[in-house]
Amino acid sequence: MTFEDVAVFSRTWGLVYMVAIFVGVLIYALRPGAKKKFRDAAQIPFKED
Amino acid sequence: MTFLTMLPLFLGGLLGLFVAAGASDTVLYAHGLLLFLFCVLGAFWVLKRGGDAGGPARVTDDGIEYNGAIVRAGVIATTFWGIVGFLVGLVIALQLAFPVLNFDLPWTNFGRLRPLHTSAVIFAFGGNALLMTSFHVVQRTCQTRIAGGFAPWFVFWGYQLVILMAATGYLFGVTQSKEYAEPEWYVDLWLTIVWVVYLLVFLGTLWKRKEPHIYVANWFYLAFIVTVAMLHIVNNLAVPISFGSTKSYVLFSGVQDALTQWWYAHNAVGFFLTAGFLGIMYYYVPKQANRPVYSYRLSIVHFWSLIFLYIWAGPHHLHYTALPDWAQTLGMTFSVMLWMPSWGGMINGLMTLSGAWDKLRTDPVLRLMAISIAFYGMSTFEGPLMSIKAVNALSHYTDWTIGHVHSGALGWVGMVSFGAIYFLAPRMWGRERLYSLRLVSVHFWLSTVGIVIYASAMWVSGIMQGLMWRAYDSLGFLEYSFAETVEAMHPFYVIRAIGGGLYVLGAFIMAWNVYQTTRGNLRDERPYETRPATQPAGAQA
Repeated sequence: MTFEDVAVFSRTWGLVYMVAIFVGVLIYALRPGAKKKFRDAAQIPFKED
Repeated sequence: MTFLTMLPLFLGGLLGLFVAAGASDTVLYAHGLLLFLFCVLGAFWVLKRGGDAGGPARVTDDGIEYNGAIVRAGVIATTFWGIVGFLVGLVIALQLAFPVLNFDLPWTNFGRLRPLHTSAVIFAFGGNALLMTSFHVVQRTCQTRIAGGFAPWFVFWGYQLVILMAATGYLFGVTQSKEYAEPEWYVDLWLTIVWVVYLLVFLGTLWKRKEPHIYVANWFYLAFIVTVAMLHIVNNLAVPISFGSTKSYVLFSGVQDALTQWWYAHNAVGFFLTAGFLGIMYYYVPKQANRPVYSYRLSIVHFWSLIFLYIWAGPHHLHYTALPDWAQTLGMTFSVMLWMPSWGGMINGLMTLSGAWDKLRTDPVLRLMAISIAFYGMSTFEGPLMSIKAVNALSHYTDWTIGHVHSGALGWVGMVSFGAIYFLAPRMWGRERLYSLRLVSVHFWLSTVGIVIYASAMWVSGIMQGLMWRAYDSLGFLEYSFAETVEAMHPFYVIRAIGGGLYVLGAFIMAWNVYQTTRGNLRDERPYETRPATQPAGAQA
Protein backbone atom coordinates (compact mmCIF):
# COMPACT_ATOMS: atom_id res chain seq x y z
CA MET A 1 0.00 0.00 0.00
CA THR A 2 1.54 3.29 -1.08
CA PHE A 3 1.05 6.77 0.26
CA GLU A 4 -1.16 7.53 -2.78
CA ASP A 5 -3.49 4.64 -1.92
CA VAL A 6 -3.88 5.85 1.64
CA ALA A 7 -4.43 9.42 0.50
CA VAL A 8 -7.09 8.46 -2.04
CA PHE A 9 -8.82 6.18 0.45
CA SER A 10 -8.88 8.79 3.21
CA ARG A 11 -9.99 11.61 0.92
CA THR A 12 -12.83 9.58 -0.53
CA TRP A 13 -14.09 7.80 2.54
CA GLY A 14 -13.30 10.66 4.87
CA LEU A 15 -15.65 12.80 2.81
CA VAL A 16 -18.35 10.12 2.72
CA TYR A 17 -18.03 9.56 6.48
CA MET A 18 -18.24 13.26 7.35
CA VAL A 19 -21.15 13.94 5.01
CA ALA A 20 -23.02 10.84 6.22
CA ILE A 21 -22.69 11.94 9.85
CA PHE A 22 -23.76 15.47 9.01
CA VAL A 23 -26.81 14.28 7.06
CA GLY A 24 -27.64 11.92 9.92
CA VAL A 25 -27.49 14.79 12.42
CA LEU A 26 -29.67 16.99 10.18
CA ILE A 27 -32.28 14.24 9.86
CA TYR A 28 -32.21 13.63 13.62
CA ALA A 29 -32.51 17.30 14.46
CA LEU A 30 -34.98 18.39 11.80
CA ARG A 31 -37.33 15.41 11.52
CA PRO A 32 -40.87 16.71 11.99
CA GLY A 33 -41.75 14.06 14.60
CA ALA A 34 -39.30 15.53 17.10
CA LYS A 35 -40.78 19.02 17.12
CA LYS A 36 -42.52 18.66 20.47
CA LYS A 37 -39.63 16.74 22.03
CA PHE A 38 -37.16 19.53 21.27
CA ARG A 39 -39.61 22.28 22.23
CA ASP A 40 -39.94 20.59 25.62
CA ALA A 41 -36.18 20.03 25.89
CA ALA A 42 -35.56 23.76 25.44
CA GLN A 43 -37.71 24.34 28.56
CA ILE A 44 -35.58 22.11 30.82
CA PRO A 45 -33.62 24.99 32.41
CA PHE A 46 -36.88 26.55 33.57
CA LYS A 47 -38.23 23.47 35.35
CA GLU A 48 -36.59 24.20 38.71
CA ASP A 49 -35.99 27.21 41.02
CA MET B 1 -18.97 5.71 52.81
CA THR B 2 -16.43 7.40 55.06
CA PHE B 3 -14.09 4.43 54.63
CA LEU B 4 -14.34 4.69 50.84
CA THR B 5 -13.34 8.35 51.15
CA MET B 6 -10.58 7.81 53.71
CA LEU B 7 -8.82 4.93 51.96
CA PRO B 8 -7.75 6.89 48.84
CA LEU B 9 -6.70 9.79 51.06
CA PHE B 10 -4.61 7.43 53.18
CA LEU B 11 -3.00 5.88 50.09
CA GLY B 12 -2.48 9.33 48.57
CA GLY B 13 -0.78 10.57 51.75
CA LEU B 14 1.48 7.52 51.78
CA LEU B 15 2.36 8.10 48.13
CA GLY B 16 3.19 11.72 48.91
CA LEU B 17 5.63 10.62 51.63
CA PHE B 18 7.24 8.05 49.32
CA VAL B 19 7.65 10.63 46.57
CA ALA B 20 9.21 13.09 49.01
CA ALA B 21 11.52 10.42 50.47
CA GLY B 22 12.75 9.25 47.06
CA ALA B 23 13.03 12.67 45.45
CA SER B 24 16.41 13.67 44.09
CA ASP B 25 15.37 17.27 43.40
CA THR B 26 13.91 19.88 45.70
CA VAL B 27 10.77 20.63 43.72
CA LEU B 28 9.65 16.98 43.66
CA TYR B 29 10.44 16.76 47.38
CA ALA B 30 8.26 19.79 48.07
CA HIS B 31 5.47 18.54 45.82
CA GLY B 32 5.52 15.11 47.53
CA LEU B 33 5.07 16.85 50.88
CA LEU B 34 2.33 18.99 49.33
CA LEU B 35 0.43 15.85 48.30
CA PHE B 36 0.91 14.44 51.82
CA LEU B 37 -0.40 17.67 53.34
CA PHE B 38 -3.33 17.70 50.91
CA CYS B 39 -4.38 14.18 51.95
CA VAL B 40 -3.98 14.85 55.68
CA LEU B 41 -6.00 18.06 55.53
CA GLY B 42 -8.57 16.27 53.33
CA ALA B 43 -8.91 13.47 55.88
CA PHE B 44 -9.43 15.94 58.74
CA TRP B 45 -11.97 17.84 56.69
CA VAL B 46 -13.94 14.69 55.80
CA LEU B 47 -13.95 13.56 59.45
CA LYS B 48 -15.02 16.99 60.67
CA ARG B 49 -17.98 16.99 58.31
CA GLY B 50 -18.97 13.53 59.52
CA GLY B 51 -19.88 12.23 56.09
CA ASP B 52 -21.81 15.35 55.05
CA ALA B 53 -20.56 16.02 51.53
CA GLY B 54 -21.98 19.53 51.36
CA GLY B 55 -25.72 19.57 51.82
CA PRO B 56 -27.84 22.53 50.79
CA ALA B 57 -28.68 25.46 52.98
CA ARG B 58 -32.21 25.23 51.64
CA VAL B 59 -33.88 22.26 50.00
CA THR B 60 -35.64 23.37 46.82
CA ASP B 61 -39.40 23.16 46.35
CA ASP B 62 -39.26 19.83 44.60
CA GLY B 63 -37.32 18.36 47.53
CA ILE B 64 -34.03 17.79 45.70
CA GLU B 65 -30.98 18.31 47.90
CA TYR B 66 -28.70 19.96 45.37
CA ASN B 67 -25.07 20.30 46.36
CA GLY B 68 -24.84 24.08 46.41
CA ALA B 69 -21.69 24.22 48.55
CA ILE B 70 -19.48 22.99 45.72
CA VAL B 71 -20.86 25.64 43.38
CA ARG B 72 -20.16 28.31 46.01
CA ALA B 73 -16.60 27.01 46.34
CA GLY B 74 -16.37 27.26 42.55
CA VAL B 75 -17.51 30.89 42.56
CA ILE B 76 -14.80 31.79 45.08
CA ALA B 77 -12.07 29.80 43.30
CA THR B 78 -12.96 31.18 39.86
CA THR B 79 -12.93 34.76 41.10
CA PHE B 80 -9.68 34.26 42.99
CA TRP B 81 -7.77 32.56 40.15
CA GLY B 82 -9.19 35.04 37.66
CA ILE B 83 -7.59 37.91 39.58
CA VAL B 84 -4.30 36.02 39.96
CA GLY B 85 -4.15 35.09 36.27
CA PHE B 86 -5.09 38.57 35.01
CA LEU B 87 -2.56 40.21 37.35
CA VAL B 88 0.28 37.99 36.19
CA GLY B 89 -0.80 38.79 32.62
CA LEU B 90 -0.55 42.49 33.38
CA VAL B 91 2.91 41.98 34.88
CA ILE B 92 4.24 40.18 31.81
CA ALA B 93 2.64 42.75 29.50
CA LEU B 94 4.55 45.43 31.41
CA GLN B 95 7.73 43.32 31.26
CA LEU B 96 7.51 43.30 27.47
CA ALA B 97 7.14 47.08 27.44
CA PHE B 98 9.72 47.70 30.20
CA PRO B 99 12.22 44.81 30.38
CA VAL B 100 13.70 46.15 33.61
CA LEU B 101 10.66 44.59 35.33
CA ASN B 102 12.20 41.14 34.80
CA PHE B 103 14.39 42.12 37.79
CA ASP B 104 17.18 39.89 36.46
CA LEU B 105 15.98 37.05 38.67
CA PRO B 106 15.24 33.57 37.34
CA TRP B 107 11.91 33.32 39.19
CA THR B 108 10.50 36.58 37.90
CA ASN B 109 11.61 36.56 34.30
CA PHE B 110 9.18 36.54 31.42
CA GLY B 111 10.03 32.99 30.38
CA ARG B 112 8.77 31.56 33.66
CA LEU B 113 5.93 33.99 34.30
CA ARG B 114 4.38 33.61 30.86
CA PRO B 115 3.33 29.95 31.36
CA LEU B 116 2.21 30.94 34.84
CA HIS B 117 -0.13 33.48 33.23
CA THR B 118 -1.47 31.16 30.50
CA SER B 119 -2.02 28.26 32.87
CA ALA B 120 -3.57 30.51 35.51
CA VAL B 121 -6.12 32.05 33.15
CA ILE B 122 -6.90 28.95 31.07
CA PHE B 123 -6.71 26.15 33.60
CA ALA B 124 -7.11 27.89 36.95
CA PHE B 125 -9.68 30.57 36.05
CA GLY B 126 -11.28 28.84 33.04
CA GLY B 127 -11.05 25.38 34.56
CA ASN B 128 -12.67 26.46 37.81
CA ALA B 129 -15.39 28.29 35.86
CA LEU B 130 -16.09 25.02 34.04
CA LEU B 131 -16.08 22.94 37.24
CA MET B 132 -18.36 25.46 38.93
CA THR B 133 -20.88 25.75 36.10
CA SER B 134 -20.84 22.09 35.06
CA PHE B 135 -21.56 21.01 38.64
CA HIS B 136 -24.39 23.53 38.80
CA VAL B 137 -25.87 22.91 35.36
CA VAL B 138 -25.76 19.12 35.48
CA GLN B 139 -27.57 19.08 38.83
CA ARG B 140 -30.26 21.52 37.74
CA THR B 141 -30.94 20.13 34.28
CA CYS B 142 -30.94 16.51 35.50
CA GLN B 143 -32.93 17.53 38.58
CA THR B 144 -30.85 15.39 40.84
CA ARG B 145 -28.06 15.83 43.36
CA ILE B 146 -24.55 15.48 42.04
CA ALA B 147 -23.30 11.89 42.19
CA GLY B 148 -20.55 10.49 44.35
CA GLY B 149 -20.63 11.93 47.89
CA PHE B 150 -17.17 13.41 48.41
CA ALA B 151 -16.00 12.66 44.87
CA PRO B 152 -16.95 16.12 43.50
CA TRP B 153 -14.96 17.65 46.38
CA PHE B 154 -12.00 15.50 45.47
CA VAL B 155 -12.29 16.82 41.91
CA PHE B 156 -12.46 20.41 43.14
CA TRP B 157 -9.60 20.25 45.65
CA GLY B 158 -7.53 17.84 43.58
CA TYR B 159 -7.75 20.32 40.71
CA GLN B 160 -6.56 23.16 42.97
CA LEU B 161 -3.58 20.96 43.88
CA VAL B 162 -2.80 20.52 40.17
CA ILE B 163 -2.78 24.30 39.80
CA LEU B 164 -0.59 24.79 42.86
CA MET B 165 1.97 22.18 41.77
CA ALA B 166 2.03 23.44 38.19
CA ALA B 167 2.40 27.09 39.19
CA THR B 168 5.13 26.58 41.79
CA GLY B 169 6.92 24.21 39.40
CA TYR B 170 7.04 26.86 36.66
CA LEU B 171 8.58 29.43 38.98
CA PHE B 172 11.37 27.00 39.88
CA GLY B 173 11.97 26.07 36.27
CA VAL B 174 10.14 22.74 36.13
CA THR B 175 8.50 22.46 32.71
CA GLN B 176 8.31 20.02 29.83
CA SER B 177 8.16 23.02 27.46
CA LYS B 178 4.95 22.04 25.70
CA GLU B 179 2.77 25.12 25.33
CA TYR B 180 -0.35 24.91 27.55
CA ALA B 181 0.90 21.48 28.72
CA GLU B 182 3.95 22.64 30.66
CA PRO B 183 3.47 20.59 33.86
CA GLU B 184 5.82 17.64 34.25
CA TRP B 185 4.89 13.95 34.27
CA TYR B 186 3.86 13.57 37.93
CA VAL B 187 1.47 16.55 37.78
CA ASP B 188 0.06 15.10 34.54
CA LEU B 189 -0.58 11.78 36.28
CA TRP B 190 -2.29 13.51 39.19
CA LEU B 191 -4.47 15.53 36.80
CA THR B 192 -5.40 12.31 34.99
CA ILE B 193 -6.71 10.81 38.24
CA VAL B 194 -8.65 13.98 39.06
CA TRP B 195 -10.06 14.17 35.55
CA VAL B 196 -11.24 10.55 35.48
CA VAL B 197 -13.07 11.11 38.77
CA TYR B 198 -14.58 14.28 37.25
CA LEU B 199 -15.83 12.26 34.27
CA LEU B 200 -17.28 9.59 36.59
CA VAL B 201 -19.02 12.21 38.74
CA PHE B 202 -20.51 13.84 35.65
CA LEU B 203 -21.60 10.55 34.08
CA GLY B 204 -22.96 9.32 37.42
CA THR B 205 -25.11 12.44 37.71
CA LEU B 206 -26.40 12.00 34.16
CA TRP B 207 -27.06 8.33 34.95
CA LYS B 208 -29.40 9.09 37.86
CA ARG B 209 -31.15 12.02 36.20
CA LYS B 210 -34.87 12.57 36.79
CA GLU B 211 -35.26 14.41 33.49
CA PRO B 212 -35.43 11.93 30.57
CA HIS B 213 -33.77 14.24 28.02
CA ILE B 214 -30.13 15.26 28.48
CA TYR B 215 -30.11 19.03 28.01
CA VAL B 216 -27.74 20.32 25.31
CA ALA B 217 -25.44 22.15 27.77
CA ASN B 218 -24.55 18.77 29.28
CA TRP B 219 -23.59 17.45 25.86
CA PHE B 220 -21.08 20.24 25.51
CA TYR B 221 -19.70 19.66 29.02
CA LEU B 222 -19.40 15.94 28.35
CA ALA B 223 -17.58 16.49 25.06
CA PHE B 224 -15.23 18.86 26.90
CA ILE B 225 -14.47 16.38 29.69
CA VAL B 226 -14.00 13.34 27.44
CA THR B 227 -11.93 15.10 24.80
CA VAL B 228 -9.68 16.88 27.28
CA ALA B 229 -8.96 13.50 28.91
CA MET B 230 -7.93 12.08 25.53
CA LEU B 231 -5.83 15.12 24.55
CA HIS B 232 -4.13 15.31 27.93
CA ILE B 233 -3.10 11.65 27.96
CA VAL B 234 -1.80 11.49 24.38
CA ASN B 235 0.11 14.77 24.46
CA ASN B 236 1.72 14.00 27.82
CA LEU B 237 3.06 10.54 27.00
CA ALA B 238 6.52 10.86 28.49
CA VAL B 239 9.18 8.87 30.30
CA PRO B 240 10.64 10.36 33.50
CA ILE B 241 14.41 9.96 33.80
CA SER B 242 13.75 8.43 37.24
CA PHE B 243 10.89 8.33 39.72
CA GLY B 244 12.89 10.64 41.92
CA SER B 245 13.16 13.38 39.31
CA THR B 246 10.83 16.01 37.91
CA LYS B 247 12.49 15.73 34.50
CA SER B 248 10.99 13.60 31.75
CA TYR B 249 11.33 13.13 28.01
CA VAL B 250 8.30 13.13 25.73
CA LEU B 251 7.61 10.01 23.73
CA PHE B 252 7.38 11.63 20.30
CA SER B 253 10.08 13.63 18.63
CA GLY B 254 10.44 16.05 15.74
CA VAL B 255 7.45 16.80 13.57
CA GLN B 256 5.38 14.01 15.17
CA ASP B 257 5.81 15.72 18.50
CA ALA B 258 4.94 19.08 16.98
CA LEU B 259 1.76 17.72 15.41
CA THR B 260 0.71 15.96 18.63
CA GLN B 261 1.40 19.16 20.58
CA TRP B 262 -0.72 21.35 18.29
CA TRP B 263 -3.43 18.76 17.95
CA TYR B 264 -3.56 19.00 21.74
CA ALA B 265 -3.24 22.75 21.99
CA HIS B 266 -5.79 23.64 19.36
CA ASN B 267 -8.32 21.26 20.86
CA ALA B 268 -7.61 22.77 24.24
CA VAL B 269 -9.01 25.87 22.55
CA GLY B 270 -11.77 23.89 20.84
CA PHE B 271 -12.95 21.73 23.69
CA PHE B 272 -11.74 23.45 26.87
CA LEU B 273 -12.26 27.09 25.90
CA THR B 274 -15.07 26.58 23.38
CA ALA B 275 -17.20 23.47 23.97
CA GLY B 276 -17.12 23.83 27.75
CA PHE B 277 -18.00 27.52 27.64
CA LEU B 278 -20.73 26.86 25.07
CA GLY B 279 -22.22 24.67 27.80
CA ILE B 280 -22.25 27.82 29.95
CA MET B 281 -23.87 29.79 27.14
CA TYR B 282 -26.62 27.24 26.52
CA TYR B 283 -27.72 27.23 30.15
CA TYR B 284 -27.02 30.69 31.58
CA VAL B 285 -28.08 32.86 28.64
CA PRO B 286 -31.59 31.34 28.49
CA LYS B 287 -31.80 31.55 32.30
CA GLN B 288 -30.71 35.17 32.49
CA ALA B 289 -32.89 36.22 29.55
CA ASN B 290 -35.73 34.06 30.88
CA ARG B 291 -36.33 32.70 27.39
CA PRO B 292 -35.61 29.25 25.97
CA VAL B 293 -32.73 28.90 23.54
CA TYR B 294 -33.55 30.32 20.08
CA SER B 295 -33.47 26.93 18.33
CA TYR B 296 -32.92 23.68 20.15
CA ARG B 297 -32.55 21.93 16.80
CA LEU B 298 -29.78 24.29 15.77
CA SER B 299 -28.04 23.54 19.06
CA ILE B 300 -27.92 19.83 18.12
CA VAL B 301 -26.50 20.54 14.65
CA HIS B 302 -24.11 23.04 16.29
CA PHE B 303 -22.86 20.45 18.77
CA TRP B 304 -22.17 17.58 16.40
CA SER B 305 -20.64 19.64 13.62
CA LEU B 306 -18.45 21.58 16.06
CA ILE B 307 -16.95 18.52 17.72
CA PHE B 308 -16.46 16.62 14.46
CA LEU B 309 -14.64 19.53 12.79
CA TYR B 310 -12.56 20.99 15.63
CA ILE B 311 -10.47 17.88 16.19
CA TRP B 312 -8.87 18.26 12.72
CA ALA B 313 -7.91 21.94 12.87
CA GLY B 314 -4.63 21.64 14.84
CA PRO B 315 -2.17 21.49 11.90
CA HIS B 316 -2.89 25.16 11.06
CA HIS B 317 -0.40 25.99 13.83
CA LEU B 318 2.35 24.39 11.73
CA HIS B 319 2.00 26.11 8.35
CA TYR B 320 5.26 26.28 6.37
CA THR B 321 7.02 23.89 8.74
CA ALA B 322 8.34 20.34 8.27
CA LEU B 323 4.76 19.09 8.54
CA PRO B 324 3.69 17.59 5.16
CA ASP B 325 1.81 20.03 2.93
CA TRP B 326 -1.30 17.89 2.75
CA ALA B 327 -1.58 17.93 6.55
CA GLN B 328 -1.24 21.73 6.58
CA THR B 329 -3.94 22.04 3.94
CA LEU B 330 -6.16 19.64 5.85
CA GLY B 331 -5.81 21.73 9.01
CA MET B 332 -6.57 24.91 7.08
CA THR B 333 -9.62 23.40 5.36
CA PHE B 334 -11.17 22.18 8.58
CA SER B 335 -10.46 25.52 10.24
CA VAL B 336 -12.30 27.34 7.47
CA MET B 337 -15.21 24.90 7.72
CA LEU B 338 -15.42 25.72 11.43
CA TRP B 339 -16.89 29.07 10.46
CA MET B 340 -20.24 27.36 10.01
CA PRO B 341 -20.79 25.67 13.39
CA SER B 342 -19.16 28.59 15.22
CA TRP B 343 -21.47 31.14 13.67
CA GLY B 344 -24.42 28.77 14.01
CA GLY B 345 -23.72 28.71 17.73
CA MET B 346 -23.24 32.45 17.92
CA ILE B 347 -26.54 33.07 16.13
CA ASN B 348 -28.27 30.60 18.42
CA GLY B 349 -26.91 32.34 21.50
CA LEU B 350 -27.60 35.90 20.39
CA MET B 351 -31.03 35.17 18.93
CA THR B 352 -32.08 33.74 22.28
CA LEU B 353 -32.47 37.43 23.12
CA SER B 354 -34.85 37.88 20.22
CA GLY B 355 -37.93 39.61 21.54
CA ALA B 356 -36.07 40.54 24.72
CA TRP B 357 -33.45 42.92 23.36
CA ASP B 358 -34.70 45.63 25.72
CA LYS B 359 -33.27 43.61 28.61
CA LEU B 360 -29.78 44.57 27.43
CA ARG B 361 -30.60 48.10 28.55
CA THR B 362 -31.72 47.13 32.03
CA ASP B 363 -29.70 44.01 32.80
CA PRO B 364 -25.90 44.43 32.76
CA VAL B 365 -25.40 40.72 33.52
CA LEU B 366 -27.22 39.78 30.33
CA ARG B 367 -25.19 42.46 28.55
CA LEU B 368 -21.97 40.73 29.66
CA MET B 369 -23.27 37.45 28.25
CA ALA B 370 -24.38 39.06 24.98
CA ILE B 371 -21.01 40.75 24.42
CA SER B 372 -19.24 37.49 25.19
CA ILE B 373 -21.20 35.83 22.37
CA ALA B 374 -20.36 38.75 20.09
CA PHE B 375 -16.67 38.27 20.90
CA TYR B 376 -17.10 34.55 20.28
CA GLY B 377 -18.40 35.39 16.81
CA MET B 378 -15.57 37.83 16.17
CA SER B 379 -12.74 35.56 17.25
CA THR B 380 -14.19 32.52 15.46
CA PHE B 381 -14.31 34.65 12.33
CA GLU B 382 -10.76 35.84 12.79
CA GLY B 383 -9.37 32.37 13.60
CA PRO B 384 -10.28 30.64 10.32
CA LEU B 385 -9.09 33.73 8.47
CA MET B 386 -5.69 33.46 10.14
CA SER B 387 -5.53 29.73 9.40
CA ILE B 388 -5.51 30.41 5.65
CA LYS B 389 -1.93 29.83 4.61
CA ALA B 390 -1.50 33.13 2.74
CA VAL B 391 -2.79 35.10 5.74
CA ASN B 392 -0.83 32.95 8.16
CA ALA B 393 2.38 33.80 6.31
CA LEU B 394 1.85 37.34 7.54
CA SER B 395 0.23 36.71 10.91
CA HIS B 396 2.12 33.75 12.34
CA TYR B 397 4.64 34.37 15.13
CA THR B 398 3.43 37.98 15.36
CA ASP B 399 1.38 39.82 17.96
CA TRP B 400 -1.68 39.42 15.77
CA THR B 401 -1.94 35.89 17.20
CA ILE B 402 -1.75 37.30 20.73
CA GLY B 403 -4.51 39.78 19.91
CA HIS B 404 -6.66 37.01 18.43
CA VAL B 405 -6.22 34.77 21.45
CA HIS B 406 -7.11 37.57 23.82
CA SER B 407 -10.25 38.65 21.98
CA GLY B 408 -11.35 35.03 22.40
CA ALA B 409 -10.05 34.58 25.93
CA LEU B 410 -10.88 37.96 27.50
CA GLY B 411 -13.95 38.53 25.34
CA TRP B 412 -15.61 35.15 25.08
CA VAL B 413 -14.26 32.97 27.91
CA GLY B 414 -13.81 35.77 30.44
CA MET B 415 -17.06 37.63 29.86
CA VAL B 416 -19.30 34.54 29.76
CA SER B 417 -17.67 33.35 32.99
CA PHE B 418 -18.28 36.75 34.62
CA GLY B 419 -21.90 36.43 33.53
CA ALA B 420 -22.15 32.99 35.16
CA ILE B 421 -20.50 34.26 38.36
CA TYR B 422 -22.95 37.18 38.58
CA PHE B 423 -25.81 34.76 37.93
CA LEU B 424 -24.68 32.32 40.61
CA ALA B 425 -23.52 34.62 43.42
CA PRO B 426 -26.93 35.83 44.64
CA ARG B 427 -28.66 32.50 44.00
CA MET B 428 -26.08 30.25 45.61
CA TRP B 429 -25.86 32.41 48.74
CA GLY B 430 -29.64 32.88 48.84
CA ARG B 431 -29.58 36.66 48.37
CA GLU B 432 -32.39 38.61 46.78
CA ARG B 433 -30.07 40.20 44.21
CA LEU B 434 -26.47 41.17 43.53
CA TYR B 435 -24.88 43.79 45.79
CA SER B 436 -24.80 46.21 42.88
CA LEU B 437 -25.97 46.06 39.27
CA ARG B 438 -24.41 49.47 38.58
CA LEU B 439 -21.01 48.02 39.45
CA VAL B 440 -21.67 45.17 37.01
CA SER B 441 -22.19 47.82 34.39
CA VAL B 442 -18.91 49.50 35.35
CA HIS B 443 -17.21 46.11 35.08
CA PHE B 444 -18.82 45.59 31.68
CA TRP B 445 -17.49 48.86 30.30
CA LEU B 446 -14.02 48.53 31.82
CA SER B 447 -13.52 45.08 30.34
CA THR B 448 -15.07 45.86 26.98
CA VAL B 449 -12.97 48.98 26.50
CA GLY B 450 -9.96 47.08 27.85
CA ILE B 451 -10.34 44.31 25.27
CA VAL B 452 -10.89 46.73 22.40
CA ILE B 453 -7.72 48.63 23.34
CA TYR B 454 -5.82 45.37 23.78
CA ALA B 455 -6.93 43.74 20.53
CA SER B 456 -6.55 46.78 18.31
CA ALA B 457 -3.06 47.50 19.68
CA MET B 458 -2.08 43.92 18.86
CA TRP B 459 -3.60 44.08 15.38
CA VAL B 460 -1.57 47.13 14.51
CA SER B 461 1.61 45.90 16.13
CA GLY B 462 1.23 42.36 14.74
CA ILE B 463 0.63 43.39 11.17
CA MET B 464 3.42 45.95 11.41
CA GLN B 465 5.74 43.29 12.80
CA GLY B 466 4.81 40.81 10.04
CA LEU B 467 5.32 43.43 7.33
CA MET B 468 8.68 44.51 8.78
CA TRP B 469 9.90 40.92 8.88
CA ARG B 470 9.12 40.37 5.22
CA ALA B 471 10.41 43.72 3.93
CA TYR B 472 13.36 43.44 1.54
CA ASP B 473 15.50 46.23 0.13
CA SER B 474 16.39 46.61 -3.56
CA LEU B 475 19.38 44.27 -3.19
CA GLY B 476 17.29 41.49 -1.67
CA PHE B 477 18.50 41.97 1.90
CA LEU B 478 16.16 42.13 4.88
CA GLU B 479 15.18 45.73 5.45
CA TYR B 480 14.98 45.54 9.27
CA SER B 481 16.88 43.75 11.98
CA PHE B 482 14.83 41.90 14.58
CA ALA B 483 15.70 44.45 17.27
CA GLU B 484 14.27 47.22 15.09
CA THR B 485 10.89 45.46 15.00
CA VAL B 486 10.97 45.11 18.78
CA GLU B 487 11.70 48.81 19.15
CA ALA B 488 8.84 49.69 16.81
CA MET B 489 6.42 47.64 18.91
CA HIS B 490 7.15 49.45 22.19
CA PRO B 491 4.25 51.95 22.02
CA PHE B 492 1.78 49.16 21.28
CA TYR B 493 3.07 47.12 24.21
CA VAL B 494 2.36 50.08 26.46
CA ILE B 495 -1.15 50.50 24.99
CA ARG B 496 -1.78 46.77 25.41
CA ALA B 497 -0.77 46.95 29.07
CA ILE B 498 -3.26 49.80 29.57
CA GLY B 499 -6.04 47.70 28.04
CA GLY B 500 -5.09 44.72 30.21
CA GLY B 501 -4.98 47.01 33.24
CA LEU B 502 -8.58 48.08 32.65
CA TYR B 503 -9.57 44.43 32.44
CA VAL B 504 -7.83 43.66 35.75
CA LEU B 505 -9.53 46.64 37.36
CA GLY B 506 -12.91 45.30 36.22
CA ALA B 507 -12.12 41.91 37.76
CA PHE B 508 -11.35 43.56 41.11
CA ILE B 509 -14.69 45.35 40.98
CA MET B 510 -16.38 42.01 40.31
CA ALA B 511 -14.60 40.41 43.28
CA TRP B 512 -15.77 43.26 45.52
CA ASN B 513 -19.33 42.92 44.20
CA VAL B 514 -19.36 39.14 44.70
CA TYR B 515 -17.88 39.49 48.21
CA GLN B 516 -20.55 42.00 49.24
CA THR B 517 -23.24 39.79 47.70
CA THR B 518 -22.11 36.79 49.73
CA ARG B 519 -22.26 38.97 52.85
CA GLY B 520 -25.87 39.78 51.98
CA ASN B 521 -25.26 43.51 51.54
CA LEU B 522 -27.27 45.56 49.04
CA ARG B 523 -25.78 48.74 47.63
CA ASP B 524 -28.06 51.75 47.86
CA GLU B 525 -28.33 52.69 44.21
CA ARG B 526 -30.73 53.84 41.54
CA PRO B 527 -32.32 50.68 40.11
CA TYR B 528 -32.53 50.06 36.39
CA GLU B 529 -35.97 50.97 35.05
CA THR B 530 -37.67 47.86 33.85
CA ARG B 531 -40.73 49.37 32.20
CA PRO B 532 -41.24 48.21 28.61
CA ALA B 533 -39.08 50.15 26.18
CA THR B 534 -41.92 50.61 23.71
CA GLN B 535 -45.09 52.01 25.10
CA PRO B 536 -48.24 52.59 23.11
CA ALA B 537 -48.28 56.16 21.80
CA GLY B 538 -51.38 57.01 23.79
CA ALA B 539 -49.81 56.03 27.08
CA GLN B 540 -47.46 59.01 27.02
CA ALA B 541 -50.20 61.50 27.87
